[in-house]
Amino acid sequence: MMGFWEVTLSLIGGLKYTCLIFALTLVLALPLGLVISFGSMSKFKPLGYVVKTFVWIIRGVPLMLQVIIFFYVPGFLLGTPVLSRFASVIAAFVINYACYFSEIYRGGIESIAKGQYEAGQVLGMTKSQIFFKIILMQVVKRILAPMSNEVITLVKDTALARVIMIVEVIQAAQNFAGYGLMWPLFYTAVFYLAFVGILTLVFGYFEKKLSYYKV
Amino acid sequence: MPILEVKNLVKSFGKTEVLKGIDFSIEKGDVLSIIGSSGSGKTTLLRCLNFLEFAENGTIAINDKVIYDGSEKAKMSEQYIREMRLHFGLVFQSFNLFPQYNVLKNITLAPMLLKTDTPENIEKHALELLEKVGLSDKLSSYPCELSGGQQQRVAIARALALSPDILCFDEPTSALDPELTGEVLKVIKQLAEHDTTMIIVTHEMNFAREVSDKVIFMDEGVIAEQGTAKELFENPKNERTATFINTITK
Repeated sequence: MMGFWEVTLSLIGGLKYTCLIFALTLVLALPLGLVISFGSMSKFKPLGYVVKTFVWIIRGVPLMLQVIIFFYVPGFLLGTPVLSRFASVIAAFVINYACYFSEIYRGGIESIAKGQYEAGQVLGMTKSQIFFKIILMQVVKRILAPMSNEVITLVKDTALARVIMIVEVIQAAQNFAGYGLMWPLFYTAVFYLAFVGILTLVFGYFEKKLSYYKV
Repeated sequence: MPILEVKNLVKSFGKTEVLKGIDFSIEKGDVLSIIGSSGSGKTTLLRCLNFLEFAENGTIAINDKVIYDGSEKAKMSEQYIREMRLHFGLVFQSFNLFPQYNVLKNITLAPMLLKTDTPENIEKHALELLEKVGLSDKLSSYPCELSGGQQQRVAIARALALSPDILCFDEPTSALDPELTGEVLKVIKQLAEHDTTMIIVTHEMNFAREVSDKVIFMDEGVIAEQGTAKELFENPKNERTATFINTITK
């Protein structure tokens, strides 16, 4: 009979992958999303259309399917495996989340009053100075709430990695089902709740930290 | 020699011609007020001077040197446009302070980025300007903690921090509660006494009359009349000027 500690240790082993997918996706998708949002807002129309179509496809196809595609399709086309399981998951997650982030960024950026740009312009600032010194911090404050939603969703989406046999928390628990144990699967909820609880605190901290000004 | 000379400025939005050939000049140290009803092109004129809009035709000259020619807009680099903008300062109707920075940083941000001086001197200058607008005690406040009148005075200090040749005001008191307009007008009046060259778009007729060396009345995209404050307010030659002044000062 599997003991409680044995299951816990095994789930913590899975949690390692959950955390890794979460952290890598966040670190890479946050900046990539900004690049994509610039693309979709580009004054050069063709680029705008291409980027918007790309975002439509990525947001329109299930993430689970995208993980499968990244893992299998390059291999089929080239006749040899291209990306490892883990790398496929990261690639799919980063691109998927960057597209969602890009739309949140776009909403935030477009909500900043024109007068803020103009104030920077008449003070002789360059476009990038205006964006990074004036606009960005205001955008960050505006998008904090929708971003916390998206980031919390990411925590739970990491479970999709098991579709190509990455042993994250859920898969680690499911392995016990083979021995007739169902409770580890329900036990995983505790891990997710703790994870999301910490994130909620972190976002609350940032929200408080940025409460000294209004936008 | 006028510090600013504008010739035949033309600006359209789509098919609507908003400025239909504007000519005027202003001497160093003078205050020019632009009055006229909404939609007459006052604000557009100010925005063209600050290169937030680009006139399709006409020239803008500073100290007899043409810095902008509408017909050659395509040849101007972004860098050049930025440099031209520094001849002018602009105080907006809606202040447009940067909400995430305190008062001092609002004033020093641009000079620091443009490296106009050493950081110590920039800060010293900013503190002097805050003193000038009477807000020395608010230097570490954030815009959301200030009244509209205080915000506008900070905006004036911010514009002055870059020592523009000409300071422009776009209806500086229109967004303020009546009891707060006085403090802003007082600051502008002080600047006028210290020979700051200013162009003021305003609906405050008494103020315009008191502070201006020269007044322009705009109507439907043209200058219907220009002259000294006395001439324009007491003895308007143009019928529309007379009607406008009559309705607004009643």
